[in-house]
Amino acid sequence: MGENGFNFMPAWPELFLAVGGMLLLMIGVFRGPKGREAAATWSPAHAINARSVTWLAIGLLVITAFIVSGQPIERSVIFAGMFVSDAFSIFAKLLILLGSALTLILAIDYNEREQMARFEYAVLILFATVGMMAMVSANDLISLYLGLELQSLSLYVVAAFRRDSLQSTEAGLKYFVLGALSSGMLLYGASLVYGFAGTTSFPGLAAIVADQAAEAPLGLIFGLVFVSAGLAFKVAAAPFHMWTPDVYEGSPTPVTAFFSVAPKIAATALFVRVMIEPFGALGDQWWQIIWVISILSMGLGAFAAINQTNIKRLMAYSSIGHIGYALVGLVSGDETGVRGVLTYVAIYLFMNVATFAVILCMRRQGKSVERIDDLSGLATTQPLLAAALAICMFSMSGIPPLAGFFGKLYVFLPAIAAGYYGLAVIGVLTSVVSAFYYLRVVKIMYFDEPAPAFDQPIGTAMCIVLAGTSLFTLLFFVYPAPLLGAAAVAAAALFAG
Amino acid sequence: MLQITLSHYLTVAAIIFTLGIFGVFLNRKNVIIILMSVELMLLAVNINLVAFSAHLGDLVGQVFAMLVLTVAAAEAAIGLAILVVYFRNRGSIAVEDINLMKG
Repeated sequence: MGENGFNFMPAWPELFLAVGGMLLLMIGVFRGPKGREAAATWSPAHAINARSVTWLAIGLLVITAFIVSGQPIERSVIFAGMFVSDAFSIFAKLLILLGSALTLILAIDYNEREQMARFEYAVLILFATVGMMAMVSANDLISLYLGLELQSLSLYVVAAFRRDSLQSTEAGLKYFVLGALSSGMLLYGASLVYGFAGTTSFPGLAAIVADQAAEAPLGLIFGLVFVSAGLAFKVAAAPFHMWTPDVYEGSPTPVTAFFSVAPKIAATALFVRVMIEPFGALGDQWWQIIWVISILSMGLGAFAAINQTNIKRLMAYSSIGHIGYALVGLVSGDETGVRGVLTYVAIYLFMNVATFAVILCMRRQGKSVERIDDLSGLATTQPLLAAALAICMFSMSGIPPLAGFFGKLYVFLPAIAAGYYGLAVIGVLTSVVSAFYYLRVVKIMYFDEPAPAFDQPIGTAMCIVLAGTSLFTLLFFVYPAPLLGAAAVAAAALFAG
Repeated sequence: MLQITLSHYLTVAAIIFTLGIFGVFLNRKNVIIILMSVELMLLAVNINLVAFSAHLGDLVGQVFAMLVLTVAAAEAAIGLAILVVYFRNRGSIAVEDINLMKG
């Protein structure tokens, strides 16, 4: 197929998932409760419908993952240069699909117990996933914006999904206002970039930027700053993090779990692509921005989390810190740095899903509890759950030989190799500080007076996800080659052009 | 006779965009005003895009502006929907009342 032929193959996973999502919407509407019952407050009929639609959605995600992994890893550009499929996008898409599928599995039982199970949840997650996949495949500022908005619009709604809860709707409202603001900033930057470079396509921009790297027009730099501010909002990096703690705390817990993995990975991958591909030649300009953002995020993630009492809020600050670490790899701006970023987000995905699986198990007498103190003495009441959470906490603080240590290793090494010693030193210091609150959770679980046990059983699907992700975190060091190799191939794809 | 050039359009857009940002952050009264400010920001972007498009003689900017308009409409619809469910729970849409979680 030539440049102008109708070659849809590289976009086949997105098309499949989008059409599948719309079909599921129809299935949910026509097979679910009808008439007055559908509009009424929650009834068990909604739960049955939601359960089947959710499992179908998970099936769709798995099939899409197979389609994605069958895609050729050579770079192919379609839709008049709007859409690119390469090893980088395939790697990111697999992570996104995995994150969405795992968090959907975690949501099923929780949503039913909280009487908020409706089939729209799974469908919205599917649409958000399509948006994220379009984002990481963007090859033009226009398709970047469209993907980002498809993702964001779905996420605003899921944040407010529990529509009878003040907390959830407030989270949705805050997320919407700040998300719309960040989209506006990103767009303003995109318009400036378009005006001063004369094109919106990434390869075109790359050529022009490389041409004028020495004396880039001020407008272009301005646009770049606005675009990076908008993207920093989306990855929740300090100083654009202010929505994160509130949204993470207020949203229903499965939604928080989803927010902390899939959209984060997609936004990070997009951030990396935008910085490296179109603006790679302006590295001298943007590394300072990323450097500042990275240090602020690591610092904020370490210090602001210390005083938290709510575990979801703690995880929000922890995720801000983790984005800071991932961005260290971007500062070095070379192939090994990008490989570090990709490895980091992949490992982060597993640690975070496991942690949120445990948080979702925190229920007493049919009510979910969210305080860190509620975990006290978990090791005596539910040793396996406590062990899983302890593994995640050790891994997040970066203690070898757990997975989190390798994530940090592979972002700090390129930073040192590229001569950013200060950044690496600050990164290590902040991860020591953050070890304080991670280890405090472990201490509360293992050495404090036991609180009443959490509700049992936690469900088979949940058990499998929890066991799988925490075992990955624990045993990653045994056989890290596949992940590292895939990340290296993905990173190389970004620098090939 | 004053010639209206690209920089005039850019100045207008920059002023409108700044007004939008200030409207989001400085407004203490009503969430609807925040929604209007967000629209203002997007409109500033559209002025920019169309002005650049005319200046460069390149249609991509106008295509982009059309897409921004469409997405802005969807965004406003979703924002208002979230606002309605919030109002049902809280009974108020004053900005200072959105304070359940401190951050």
